[in-house]
Amino acid sequence: MRSVEPYRTLDAVTGSGAARDHGPGATFHAVLDAARRRGALVVQPRMGFSDPARMRAGLSATKAANATTVGTLTLDSFTRVGDFATAERALRERRPLNGYPIVNFPTATTEAMLAGIRDRDFPVQVRHGSSLPGRIFDALIEAGLDATEGGPISYCLPYSRTPIRQSVQAWEEACHKLAALRERGVEPHLESFGGCMLGQLCPPSLLIAITVLEGLFFRRHGIHSISLSYAQQTDAVQDQEAVLALHEIAAELLGDTSWHVVIYAYMGLYPSTERGALSLVADAARLAVRTGSTRLIVKTAAEAQRIPSIAENVTALETAARAGAATERLPAAPVSTGIKEEARALIDAVLGLNEDIGKALVRAFAQGYLDVPYCLHPDNAGRARSVITEQGRLEWSRTGSLPIGHLTPAHRSAQLTSTRLLHALSYVRSRYDTADTADTADPADLRQTA
Amino acid sequence: MALRQQSPNNAFAPGLGTRNVVLSTIPSDSHTWNLLYLQLLLEEHGCAVTNLGACVPVATLVGESAQVRPDLIVISTVNGHGLHEGLGLARAVRASEELRQVPLVIGGKLDTAGSRTDADFLPLLEAGFDAVLVGETAVPELLALLERLALLERLPEPVARPLTPPAGGLDRRAYADAIR
Repeated sequence: MRSVEPYRTLDAVTGSGAARDHGPGATFHAVLDAARRRGALVVQPRMGFSDPARMRAGLSATKAANATTVGTLTLDSFTRVGDFATAERALRERRPLNGYPIVNFPTATTEAMLAGIRDRDFPVQVRHGSSLPGRIFDALIEAGLDATEGGPISYCLPYSRTPIRQSVQAWEEACHKLAALRERGVEPHLESFGGCMLGQLCPPSLLIAITVLEGLFFRRHGIHSISLSYAQQTDAVQDQEAVLALHEIAAELLGDTSWHVVIYAYMGLYPSTERGALSLVADAARLAVRTGSTRLIVKTAAEAQRIPSIAENVTALETAARAGAATERLPAAPVSTGIKEEARALIDAVLGLNEDIGKALVRAFAQGYLDVPYCLHPDNAGRARSVITEQGRLEWSRTGSLPIGHLTPAHRSAQLTSTRLLHALSYVRSRYDTADTADTADPADLRQTA
Repeated sequence: MALRQQSPNNAFAPGLGTRNVVLSTIPSDSHTWNLLYLQLLLEEHGCAVTNLGACVPVATLVGESAQVRPDLIVISTVNGHGLHEGLGLARAVRASEELRQVPLVIGGKLDTAGSRTDADFLPLLEAGFDAVLVGETAVPELLALLERLALLERLPEPVARPLTPPAGGLDRRAYADAIR
């Protein structure tokens, strides 16, 4: 059994030195590094509201949840695309945004919103989705925060039209801004979002390769505390192999860096039933614990319909924590199907393109060494495709110019049609929505027993 | 700058010629699975699709469309800002000399409250959209609209005019009602 007690009782582990080193506020790094050493699972919501009072209430409820938690400020989509004028107009007209507009609010507003909530045991991370994150990094650093996420590939390809070259440059500059916190005695933390890539239908080896390459990019640009990500896909056994491979490759390539792995509960089309949604997030927690991952970002039962309430977030956090606490780490790795070799081949081929990792990433996409299936971004080659096999595994159906042709047989699949695409996109949702309900009669039971 | 301009796999109405569709989203919306799905669907129904991808600035939409001269512009958005951002988008399309009469539709999840009624969407129609397609009927309605576009192409020139009315909210609303 794993403890889910809150960090406030963990002074003995973090040591009094941590407080001295990291100033009065928490650092995300210190709390997560302690969790990693202890083998604890930290759970985190995706939560963002434009009203500072509601945002504060959301963070407060996250902190008070019966789980080991860290807080999240998810920013709104106008801020993500750099349209601060429209965010400003919405605030003036009191129209709600779909997240917290950290750039538009005065620093004092954000400081007051966080005061007394964020402390040395409860750090807060900014989540945004911006390919050009400079202003966001400025705002979060000014507000005294030290942790955020994204990456020059993972926040460019799926969510923007920004040329990769421009995103790489912006992320280099942003990394240097964040890294400058080290001169003030604060260890900043940066998470790669590379394990998500469109949320679904991106085969595991490419997710691993992109998040590791972004981790190496961050390290190259002065960040010493990093997390690598992996989003739950279609098959639990395949996911376990992938996350263990991610740990092994990170240990090989990021030896001089403090790192942990963060699991994202499924990022594709989410189950529409409460039972299905909570059962999916519980499985994500089991994946995290079985593979020795330190952190999990949850999704809620309301995800498929609308922006979730604070209470729905807390339910998801507590469901995940309970499922994690009832799970043991895998005693041995599952039988290898070659995910690690594929990921390593992708990473090595990209690193071989140029000594400068930013230039290597730009060239990798131009040559199709990295090619995200179904991604519409102008810089993505669009020659690789994936398929969900009859066994429910996510595999390549076309490898295009990916340097893995010698490792993986492409699975034959029928031509992509709108109906087949919809079926693949809905695969996980359908499976969890229609799962056998014989042993757990209703969602309330699941909440209690997961 | 257009993405994946592909020829159709199977013509929906052989002999009617290919209809050009510009498929796009609003500037703040980063979702693309909806765009990929609609691209495939439209191609299967005889359209040549110019898919502009995620987070399309209004100026890009207008510029690309003015070049393609499409038979239809489809805006798909699911981030909840469509009801608001759609207004400026429609006005900009209608302000373009080349695009003033091109049928323009929007669909998806248009606000955070899940609005469904005509009254909720009246501002979008007044701003220049010909139709608002939401909920479970959105896809069948889009296909019905394509079919109507195809039928009207077969009619002699003067009769074909009513589908692409001159500027004027009322005419366009009548058109929207007709395809609902």
